[in-house]
Amino acid sequence: MINGNFKTNYEDEIKIFQTTFVKFWLVILFVGLIIFPLVADRYFIYLCNLCGIAIIGALGLNILTGYTGQISLGHAGFLAIGGYTSAILSTKLGIPFWLAMPLSGIMAAMAGMIVAIPSLRLKGLYIAITTFAFGFIVDHLIIHWESMTNGPSGITAPRPSLGVFVFDSDKSYYFIIIVMVILATGFARNLFRSRVGRALIAIRDRDIAAEIIGINLTKYKIQAFSISSFYAGIAGSLMAHYFDVITFENFTLMLSIQYLAMIIVGGVGSILGSIYGAIFITLLPELIRLLTDLFRQEYPSLTTRFADLKSVTFGLIIIIFLIFGPKGLYGVWRDIKVYWKNWPFTY
Amino acid sequence: MENNLIHIKNIHLAFGGTQALLNVSLEIKEKEILAIIGPNGAGKTSLLNCISGFYRPYKGEIIYQNMDLTKVAPHKIAKLGIARTFQNIELYTGLNTLDNLMAARHIHMKRGAFWDGIYFGPRRREDIKHRKFVEEVIDLLELEPVRKKIVGSLPYGQRKRVDLARALCMNPKILLLDEPMAGMNVEEKEDMARFILDIFELREIAVVLVEHNMDVVMDISDRIAVLDFGTKIAEGSPDDIKGDPKVIRAYLGAGQS
Repeated sequence: MINGNFKTNYEDEIKIFQTTFVKFWLVILFVGLIIFPLVADRYFIYLCNLCGIAIIGALGLNILTGYTGQISLGHAGFLAIGGYTSAILSTKLGIPFWLAMPLSGIMAAMAGMIVAIPSLRLKGLYIAITTFAFGFIVDHLIIHWESMTNGPSGITAPRPSLGVFVFDSDKSYYFIIIVMVILATGFARNLFRSRVGRALIAIRDRDIAAEIIGINLTKYKIQAFSISSFYAGIAGSLMAHYFDVITFENFTLMLSIQYLAMIIVGGVGSILGSIYGAIFITLLPELIRLLTDLFRQEYPSLTTRFADLKSVTFGLIIIIFLIFGPKGLYGVWRDIKVYWKNWPFTY
Repeated sequence: MENNLIHIKNIHLAFGGTQALLNVSLEIKEKEILAIIGPNGAGKTSLLNCISGFYRPYKGEIIYQNMDLTKVAPHKIAKLGIARTFQNIELYTGLNTLDNLMAARHIHMKRGAFWDGIYFGPRRREDIKHRKFVEEVIDLLELEPVRKKIVGSLPYGQRKRVDLARALCMNPKILLLDEPMAGMNVEEKEDMARFILDIFELREIAVVLVEHNMDVVMDISDRIAVLDFGTKIAEGSPDDIKGDPKVIRAYLGAGQS
């Protein structure tokens, strides 16, 4: 019986993957991720790609909202900036995707810094309103700056290519997304077990006490905004090159709310939670579609009401999680783990 | 004057029409425990807040290392080696004890977010180095059992101790303690007094202690300053203070002396 996981030096204790058991499952997961696109059909790969993009975006929002405590309702704005930067750079200037993607991240990060400036003196709800307004400004810009963005008709960004190989299938694009997801997750995980991550959490938990240990609130709030929007920019760029066309409709307030829902459902202030939440919220409409299809024979009106059903379920899920599982899916997962570890004792 | 660390010169602080500090001057000397006492609302915490930069006195200056602290941002004051604890314990409740203390090593670590994200290599070595320092503090304050516990779930007495540990992890030159024994039982108070003395002996730093508990103050401090209604009414050794009629009047009311 395993009584505990004891360490004899600090090197062992700060390892990410603590036990061989964890490592074993990670290898299985990794192999699964590689094999998955080779066996799954196109629709599942498409869903998986959407999940991947959502994971990167949700990680970004969790860095800002979950870990630094600055509620953002303008996440879609940063995604839009990333997506449009990438699309414009690659269509108008012919810059390859591999350069356009990081550039769109940087562009979004700069926008994030600008939004951060008014947010420095604001707290809580007021930051939510500022970022909310930012989302609308971006939407407005996209619609009216037609020379740059093609207005409401949107832009078609080319699929990335490497030499003669073009990543034009869902399957090949899957690998780009998976690599980016792994990089994004790794970076975030490392960030929050070292200096800057701790500083950000300190700001979230008690900003006065953060200042007293020498944390420059201005600097780190701006950093949180820029890292978060960098993630959003990358996610936006991946969206732009994946969808046939991007328009302002891809980046409305609804998307910001969806991202907030992801981190609430997944777990605020948790890396794994962002992943669970992103997958859950992305697959939710598909699940509802599946259910409506199932009952189509008995209740034919369901299909026409799909959109309403989606919004209602969405709202319900957020409320249910806020009331019954404020720690999100990650919290539920952890509770189950603890329960089995201690079983048959209660604690 | 050579062993003066901080020289508080004639500071005035007001909140609207309320005068919180009126012409207060005080020296904080090297290697001594200075206690600041006084009745409720006398301005003791306000004085600490002025030193750590949260409050800006409208008149007077606080000289430390040839700088006027009244014009320095709080996070920079922390970098200059002034650490403090809070009366109401302001910890990072979502982190465990260890991370709370590691966070306090912030000013001693150099690399930024990029290296954090990469982590392996220099960043990791730096973390381990600082972890060793933190473990020494954990040893000193006997926090081993709660090392991995989330601070929000700890009992009051232990949170007070983590607060002290966090200040200590900054490796300060001056330690400001705001009522470290408030709300504790006798045993916990004794522990805390022992810790303060241990720290003082080991680190040889200046300790400024704001405290209500007279027994403790009289026992452990080298020098006592008494505040009443924002002014300093007495200063001296514990024995001087005990017999000072002004102090007795402030505590017991007029007519008692």
